[in-house]
Amino acid sequence: MGYGCLREISVDRVAEAVKRLCIESNVIMPPELTAVLEQALVREESIAGRSILRQILENHRIAAEEDIPACQDTGVVVVFLEIGQDVHLTGGDLFEAVNRGVRAGYIEGYLRKSVVKDPLFRRENSGDNTPAVTYVEIVPGNNIRITVVPKGAGAENASALRMLPPHAGLEGVKRFVVETVEAAGPDACPPYVVGVGIGGTFDRAPLLAKKALVRPLGARHGDPRYAALEQELLEEINQLGIGPQGLGGRVTAFAVHIETGPCHIASLPVAVNLGCHVNRVARTTL
Amino acid sequence: MVVEMKTPLSDDVVLAFKAGDEVAITGVLYTARDAAHEKLKRLILKGEELPFDIRGQIIYYAGPTPAKPGRAVGACGPTTSRRMDPYVPLLLQHGLKGMIGKGRRSSPVVQAIATHRAVYMVTTGGAAALLSRHIRKAEVVAFPELGPEAIYKLTVEEFPAIVATDAYGNDVFA
Repeated sequence: MGYGCLREISVDRVAEAVKRLCIESNVIMPPELTAVLEQALVREESIAGRSILRQILENHRIAAEEDIPACQDTGVVVVFLEIGQDVHLTGGDLFEAVNRGVRAGYIEGYLRKSVVKDPLFRRENSGDNTPAVTYVEIVPGNNIRITVVPKGAGAENASALRMLPPHAGLEGVKRFVVETVEAAGPDACPPYVVGVGIGGTFDRAPLLAKKALVRPLGARHGDPRYAALEQELLEEINQLGIGPQGLGGRVTAFAVHIETGPCHIASLPVAVNLGCHVNRVARTTL
Repeated sequence: MVVEMKTPLSDDVVLAFKAGDEVAITGVLYTARDAAHEKLKRLILKGEELPFDIRGQIIYYAGPTPAKPGRAVGACGPTTSRRMDPYVPLLLQHGLKGMIGKGRRSSPVVQAIATHRAVYMVTTGGAAALLSRHIRKAEVVAFPELGPEAIYKLTVEEFPAIVATDAYGNDVFA
């Protein structure tokens, strides 16, 4: 773990880990997600809402038991690589290895291939769910931390970015977050996990929002002011009455996670990245 | 209470269901998503024959995961219906009677559903493993080149759904 202690890691190990995480994240739901569903079932008052929550819990069980994905939209794969600066990658191209892992995971795991090569003109399916959207960060140490996030389009399409003026302040941020969830309504598979990115630049705010989605459910922002804001937003969202699958109820979101970053004196960017109730994340460290 | 629904649908059958009814569908569903809808629209506008007779049928907005060996189908839950809204009036004019997906429809679609005596149902998004248990058979009947977006003919048994828009224009999301 120490600094200056160089470690060689073959990109083949990255490919192998990505493959395993692609399959695992789609089939096995994390225990904390099952836990929030069970808590939601206690809190939910609407009959339709309770019935949907029970179906979702049953769905988790069937997916694991039959070894099939919980949701047919097995997504475009977002991969976060936090690479220790003392790691020396060997054996080939890192990004090619990530895509090799995705390809193997999606073919051997019988997952749906949902990526088109060109967004506008031909929209031809790439056939193996590549390429992944890969983010690399260089961090201290000599490990590689890999986070795999299969992201479905329903919730992704309902996500939004707003460049607020600084005077919009706390109220402006709250209004935009709540309005975004309200606009998504029943369409993007509520109950949602709401990832919020505040600050940064036009490009950084959505990345912060996506990182917020990836945070383990139940973990709060380190700054008590933002932790309180997460709770406050969650309560406001759950007053909207959208409920599970939009059929009415108290549980419209399981959690609101906020990530923040410094920004320009003239800016207050806010991004909201919605996660559906099948908020899939799997991690490992090499 | 869960009401049984059998396909194909006729005006009389459709008129018996009310928004909010829980239904269990037995019979045939055809999957179609964005790309398949675009192809169906082009065929209709060119006056060509459709790859299946849509009269009285139900389209399920879905694209399943590949079936593992020995299984009829992979995971098969609904996609967001709204994206298919622009195609709905045309398909209803040509005899389509039912749709299954998730989420709201635009008001022109709700009106068209009432005008053509059809029904829109929702099923639980993200409950794809559970829903696949109600699918007995799946075969590609059109546009195999679209991969997961091909049109599958699904044979279903007691497939669970909720009537969201009925043939009278009542809408659970309104």
